[in-house]
Amino acid sequence: MMENFSDYLQNFSFHTVYQKIQAINTQSDSYKQIEQILLKVQNEEKPTWEEFLYLISKPALNYLEDLAQIAFQITRKRFGNAILLYSPLYLSNECKSICTYCGFRYDNQIKRKTLTIEEAFYEAMILLNQGIRHILLLTGEDYRNTSVSYLGKVAEKLQNYFSSIGIEVYPLKEEEYRLLRTKGIDSLTIYQETYDPIRYQQVHLQGVKKRMIFRLNCPDRAGKAELRKIGIGALLGLSDPQTEVAMVALHAQYLQKKYWKTQITISLPRLRPAENVLQIPKISDSLYTLFFISLRIFLPDVGLILSTRESPYFRDGIIPICITQISAGSKTEPGGYSGYNTTEQFKIEDTRSISEIVEMLRKKNLDPVFTDWVYAIK
Amino acid sequence: MEVELQVSLQNHLQSLLQEQFKRDPKPLKIHNRTFVSRLFVGTGKFSSLESMKLAIEMSATEMVTVALRRVDLTKKVDEEDLIQAIGLEKIQLLPNTSGARDAEEAIKLAKLSREMGGGNWIKLEVTPDPYYLLPDGKETLKATERLVKEGFIVLPYMQADPILAKQLQEAGAATVMPLGSPIGSNQGIRTKESIKIIIEQAFVPVVIDAGLGLPSHVAEAMEMGADAVLVNTAIAISHHSGYSAYSFALACLAGREAYLNGILKTKVQELSLENKFWNKAKPSSPLTGFLYEEHR
Repeated sequence: MMENFSDYLQNFSFHTVYQKIQAINTQSDSYKQIEQILLKVQNEEKPTWEEFLYLISKPALNYLEDLAQIAFQITRKRFGNAILLYSPLYLSNECKSICTYCGFRYDNQIKRKTLTIEEAFYEAMILLNQGIRHILLLTGEDYRNTSVSYLGKVAEKLQNYFSSIGIEVYPLKEEEYRLLRTKGIDSLTIYQETYDPIRYQQVHLQGVKKRMIFRLNCPDRAGKAELRKIGIGALLGLSDPQTEVAMVALHAQYLQKKYWKTQITISLPRLRPAENVLQIPKISDSLYTLFFISLRIFLPDVGLILSTRESPYFRDGIIPICITQISAGSKTEPGGYSGYNTTEQFKIEDTRSISEIVEMLRKKNLDPVFTDWVYAIK
Repeated sequence: MEVELQVSLQNHLQSLLQEQFKRDPKPLKIHNRTFVSRLFVGTGKFSSLESMKLAIEMSATEMVTVALRRVDLTKKVDEEDLIQAIGLEKIQLLPNTSGARDAEEAIKLAKLSREMGGGNWIKLEVTPDPYYLLPDGKETLKATERLVKEGFIVLPYMQADPILAKQLQEAGAATVMPLGSPIGSNQGIRTKESIKIIIEQAFVPVVIDAGLGLPSHVAEAMEMGADAVLVNTAIAISHHSGYSAYSFALACLAGREAYLNGILKTKVQELSLENKFWNKAKPSSPLTGFLYEEHR
């Protein structure tokens, strides 16, 4: 049995996968292959990962509506009409790493702030009053100012109020995840940012985040610590987006199989403008939609998350097809809910309030769900 | 004449197996041993040692399971016995714990087997019910955990229960061996939907064990993507065990070939070509139309 994902990945180099996808993008008989795969998935058979590469290829865009119909059916069958709502709570924007695409990067001259336990509690209560029961705690990469014990204290303070508390922080060790589980934290979100090892070194200039393998095996450590939910993803725009999605799919499939008691979710944030981050590569809405639809077909049980980085128009269009979890009413700066003036991590597009999102979902015959598990509340 | 024919069939089968093995992207490997043949054979219920020996030869099998309770420990060395009849240079001996009613009994048998020189491999069978010989999942898991810790290579016989399969794998089982239907019943694969899930989720080889009564059952198991099959009763009680074993081996080979080439899928696809739904005119795109609208 493989120890970690980095061992598994030995057989799938980013560059080889990239070349495979490029070949599919340009081969003239890819259409034929895609039609064969369509028939297969129509008969409710799961495609293989090699077939998934065809589904996210450019020729597959010609079958976007057909694939959407299939993804829609699968989503309703597996998840019904439920859409889980959650909100992020930024505890801090202090960060010791330099990542070229992030507003919190260490060398950015911005207003830094780490919430006290009391301030974090106050922010959380604002979300609670708006109906939020799943909360996601976020920090930068600062092991000292936002230590594991600090995270534990915040979680302990919140656990009587929220049904689920997740973290999206710097990578931890297995025993630290185990410890946080005892404080009421039940889920982890950690995005690899890019699975391209060359690009990874180019965009991560300083800090613990430079250690690609340590981050890559983070979901394994959380799986071994038996967290209930693990979210992975890639920040689309750093390297070739199709290859990134292929790698995320491979990662999710690996995790699902190995940590079979843990639910896996996927998010594919598109790179957004942020403080000192200007050049943003364009990924078309159609291709981006194809990614989600194909992921749903390849991994019918995976949770698919769409963030407020996307525009209201786009979110309203894609959510009914295959999305199962969304953030709402988000602020990406510490203290944002109570009106502190600090610097945000990135710019948000969907600024609608939680109640506006709920109204939108109901109009689309979807069921906004605020709690689907009770872990934290004692 | 008869013997010549049998030898010629064996040689032919052997070359087909070797040829398929070379093309197989995922050769069968259990623990540290690679197997060319994906048909495992049991040794119970044969009418004579000769017919068993012939069946083993004509099946081209490389894994043979033997019930420990059938091995006579008091026999003198020069008398031919079960183990000697098996030809251990090419074949992996797989002692089994059949008859064990709980974990303790199974562990005791496994240790006895190792002391007797039966090696580390053990097919774990814990069957408290003497009628259908159905496996006890709880005791099987317990015995697997203990035996793995003691250095055994454990191949557990089990119900087609996907969760139990996960737990056995986590306990360190070298394979999982879900049943198609009760032992000796020759009913084929009655647990198909569960076995599909086990195959999809497994990270060790899946061997379909028990209930496979016809070569077509074996082919079906292999078409589904099973890594190997184990057949005993159907071969043993056939009026000619040698040719029966040969036919099972061919079915196993054919089933694997179908799985490798996706033959079944192609058939379905050709049939429905005319009904390709994406060829039909689509006046609108109800789900993805939002991507093309102007007013954004």
